[in-house]
Amino acid sequence: MSMSRRSLLQMVGLAAGTTAMYQAMTTLGFAQESSYAGPIRLEGDPQGAKVLILGAGLAGMTAALEMRAAGYEVEIIEYREKAGGRCWTLRGGDSYTELGGATQEVRFAEGNYLNPGPWRIPHHHHAVLDYCKRLGVKLEPFIQKNHNAYLHRAEAFDGKPQRFREIATDYRGQISELLAKVTNQGALDEEVTEEDKQKLLDSLVEYGMLDENYRYVKSDHTSEYRGFEKWPGGGLNAAPEPSEPISLDRILQSELWTWLVEAETTHHQSTMFQPVGGMDMIARGFEREVGELITYNAKVVSMIQDENGVTVEYEDLANGGGMMTRTGDYCVCTIPFSILGQIEHNLSGDKTAVIDSMYYAGSVKFGLEFKRRFWEQDEHIYGGISYTDLPIALISYPSHDYLTDGPGVLLGGYAWGATAYQFNAMQPEERTKWAVEYGSRIHPQYTEEFDNGVSVTWHKVPWVLGCYGIWKDREADYEIAATRDNRIVLAGEHISYLPGWQEGAILSALDAIRRLHDHVTNSNAGETQ
Amino acid sequence: MKPLPLTLILSGLALGASLPVLSQTQDQPDAGAETGEIAESGQREAFRTFEPSEQEQAYFAEAAKLTQQGGEAIYRAVCSGCHMPEGEGAVGAGMYPALADNEMLEFPEYPIYVIVHGQKAMPPLGGILDDQQVAEVTNYIRSNFGNDYVEGEEGIAATPEDVAGVRP
Repeated sequence: MSMSRRSLLQMVGLAAGTTAMYQAMTTLGFAQESSYAGPIRLEGDPQGAKVLILGAGLAGMTAALEMRAAGYEVEIIEYREKAGGRCWTLRGGDSYTELGGATQEVRFAEGNYLNPGPWRIPHHHHAVLDYCKRLGVKLEPFIQKNHNAYLHRAEAFDGKPQRFREIATDYRGQISELLAKVTNQGALDEEVTEEDKQKLLDSLVEYGMLDENYRYVKSDHTSEYRGFEKWPGGGLNAAPEPSEPISLDRILQSELWTWLVEAETTHHQSTMFQPVGGMDMIARGFEREVGELITYNAKVVSMIQDENGVTVEYEDLANGGGMMTRTGDYCVCTIPFSILGQIEHNLSGDKTAVIDSMYYAGSVKFGLEFKRRFWEQDEHIYGGISYTDLPIALISYPSHDYLTDGPGVLLGGYAWGATAYQFNAMQPEERTKWAVEYGSRIHPQYTEEFDNGVSVTWHKVPWVLGCYGIWKDREADYEIAATRDNRIVLAGEHISYLPGWQEGAILSALDAIRRLHDHVTNSNAGETQ
Repeated sequence: MKPLPLTLILSGLALGASLPVLSQTQDQPDAGAETGEIAESGQREAFRTFEPSEQEQAYFAEAAKLTQQGGEAIYRAVCSGCHMPEGEGAVGAGMYPALADNEMLEFPEYPIYVIVHGQKAMPPLGGILDDQQVAEVTNYIRSNFGNDYVEGEEGIAATPEDVAGVRP
C-alpha cells in the first residue's frame, strides 16, 4: 500500500477528528483533575444555626455530614424513600416504577446488580475515594479496557466482532510500518534531524513490533501482541503458531479504530474502581452517618427565604400528601435544576433564568441477566467493555465474581442522544427486547441464555427527569448558579466541571458549604458573596 | 410488569435460530416499501430474536437523528416518552405537562419554539428533528388528545417554514 505524506496526514487528521467528535458525543465532559485537598475544615462556631438540606444524594449527604460536624443543626428533605439519588443500584427483589407507571420487578440472582447511574470511579476522583475510605466502603478494580473484549460494527468484517487486541495491535503495527517507510523515503527530512530520524526508526521497531526491514509481518514476535493462531502450551505439540495480521486498509475501512482510545482519557485510564456489591454502597455509607437527619418521601414544593430564614414546604407522600413546613436559618439546595425549575422559590432573577435554562441529558442503561457467564466460559472475557455501532453502543462485563457458576448480569447497553430518546419512548419490556436482539448479534449465546432484564431510561426517572445537567451557556451562567443567594446555596453535579460524575457532586457541595459557612461565621448582616 | 416475556423471545428465537449466524446475504425484511413511511429503515440486518413490526423497522436509523416521518410516528418515537402515549403527561418530583386538552397549543408558534429550543426540563429537539418533522409533530399534538387547532375555519397548520423561522 503506497501512500503520500499528504494523504497520510489527511488520514491521521480524519481519524483524530472523528475520534474527537465521537468522544464529545459519548463521554461526560472534559478531563478535569479533582480539586479535592483532603477533608474539609469548617472552622468557627455557627452558634447553633440550622441548615435545611434539600436532596439526599451525594451532594446533600456530603453537606449534611460536614455541616453537622461543624456544629450546625441539620435536616435533610428527600423525595425518594431512600438515600443516594443517582448513586443507585438495582438488585433482585427491588421494584422500580418509572414515569408512566410501568413497574419493573428486578429478578436478578443474589450478588448480581445494575448501576443505572454512576458505575465507575477514576483513580483521580480524590473526594469520592476519600469518602469511601472514611465511610468504610470497600472498593475493587473496575475493568475499563479489556484486550480480549470486542469491537463490532454491523458493516465491518461481515458483522463479526473483532478482538480489541487484534485491531489495536495491528493498527499500531501498520501505522508504525507506514511511518517508518515514509521516514526512510526522506519524507520527514524537514521535520526530523538525521539523528532523531534513527531514534524514530528504532522506536517504531519497538513500538510497532516491526522486523529488521521495518515491516509489520506475521511472526512469533507480532503474535506475542496480537495473539497466536495456536497459542503456546506445554508438553508435546505445544509449539505456538503465529497469526496473520489484518491489513491496514481493512482496519481503516472497518472504522473499528473509533474505539481504540476510549480507555485513554483520564476519566477512563487505569486504575478505575467500583464499590464491592454495587455503587449504592457509597450511598449506604453516607446514610449510616446522616440517615437519622433525613425525612424521606417528602416532595418539596416551595423554598422561600426572607431576612429571617428559609422556609421549605413539602408534600408528605408517605402520609397522604399533607403539606408540611420546615424552617431553617440557611439552606443547601441540591435539587436538580430540572426539578427546581418547577418548584416555587424566590431566588434572584438571574439565578432563576439559569435554572430554567438547564435541561438534562437523555440516557438509557440495560441490565440483562443470563443463565450462565458465557462471555467468560466461552469467550474468556473477564470484565471490560465491547463497543459496537449498534444502538446499544456497548456491552460491559461484570468486574466481579469471575468464574462463578450461575447467572451473571451484563450491562447490555448504554446509549445517549437520539437513540436514548427512542428507548425512552418504549415500555420496559420493549426496550429489553431490543437490547437482547442487538446483543445477540455480538454474542449469539444471548438467544439461549437470556433470562431477565431491567432498564432505566433517565428521562423517565421521576426524581431527576434526566441523567445530568446540560448548560445552555456554561461560560456565562456557571458563576451565577454557583454564587450564594443570601441564605441559600445550590450544589450538585450540575454545578461542577465534572457533569454526571459523583466527584462533581461532592466537590460542588464542599465548595458551597465552605462559602456558606464563611458567610455564617464572618458576617452578621450585609449579604454579598 | 414482567420483563420480556420469555414466550415472546422463544417464539422469535424459533425464527431466528434457523438463520445462519450473522449472515450478510440473508433476505432483508421489506422495509415498508408499501407505505413509504419507513423507507429509511434503521434495520439493515436480519433479526434473530423477534420479528419487527413496520413501526419498529424505523427505529434507530441514524445515531444522531430521528428519521420517522409523520406526526404520529414521531410522537410515538420520542415525545410519548415523557408526555406519555395519550398526552396525559406525568408527575414525579417534577412533572411533564399534559398535552391533552392543552390550550397552550392553540397557536403553533409556542409548541414549535419549545420543541426546537427546549424549555426547563424539556430538552431541545431541534437537533434531532428536521423542519418537516417538527411541523408534523406540532400539528399532530394540536389535533389529537382533545385538541382541535389545525382543522376547521379557525384552524392553523404549522409549516416547515414556520419551524425554519425559529431556528437559531
